[in-house]
Amino acid sequence: MNTSSFSVSKFLYNWLLMFVVWLGFTTSLAPAELITGAVVSLIAVLMAAKYLNCCGLDIFLPNKLFYIAKYIGVFTVALIKSNIDVAKRVLSPSLPINPGIVQIETKLSNEFAKMVLANTITLTPGTLSVDMVGSTYYIHWIDVTTEDPIEAHTAIAKQFEDILLKIFK
Amino acid sequence: MMEILEYIGLAFVLIGGIFLFLGALGIYRMPDVYNRLQAGTKASTMGAMSVIMGVGLIEPEWFFKSLIIVIFIAIANPLSSHALARGAYRASLTPFMKKKMDAYDKEFHQKKED
Repeated sequence: MNTSSFSVSKFLYNWLLMFVVWLGFTTSLAPAELITGAVVSLIAVLMAAKYLNCCGLDIFLPNKLFYIAKYIGVFTVALIKSNIDVAKRVLSPSLPINPGIVQIETKLSNEFAKMVLANTITLTPGTLSVDMVGSTYYIHWIDVTTEDPIEAHTAIAKQFEDILLKIFK
Repeated sequence: MMEILEYIGLAFVLIGGIFLFLGALGIYRMPDVYNRLQAGTKASTMGAMSVIMGVGLIEPEWFFKSLIIVIFIAIANPLSSHALARGAYRASLTPFMKKKMDAYDKEFHQKKED
């Protein structure tokens, strides 16, 4: 993906995102606030346009919104599970861990999607992404059940990757 | 109605507090930096998110602000723990392992020779 490419769709999306953040912080619908917010978020987007290239307005297509909602749901369940997992390990007197570092390959090509997947892996049960080289993740796993990259991929990343592939193609 | 929201908020704060405590206990009990990061990141992310959501529910005026902070924590916490883990490996801190399973070792030494 060309990181410096400019597109109207991306620009509008980023402007809208900044404006929504502004609305969240001010929680006011007074005209003066809205105009100030529009101007400030425009300046912010113009300054950071080079770095904000995750997605465009096509993210608001209904089927993509459905998968984003699904991702948030799956992610929340995984986060709660991982916390219960940590609690179990920490509270059991024998400290049941069998740590190691495994590698997995991802099919994702979009840089932003790769980052989302790495962050999700960190917050899901028993795994922590240590490094990403190209499309290879190196993952610290607190309880290694398999060293095979394909089986590890199925156990760690598959359910999230499938949804991300639908959102970011 | 407001009272119900307040009780739900207080429950969120309590749950968050418990998980933050478990995270601290994990940092104390785990054998090396990577396992400590595992316990610390997961527990502190959900603990902080839960506490901040609880505050947002107790004071409904702050709800959207706390929602933005929660999203920010969900993005920033795993990023920083990844940076710490990578930095620890580059500072040659050997991971604790019962049986050697280190796929990163090879990649890391290749990089060093280049």
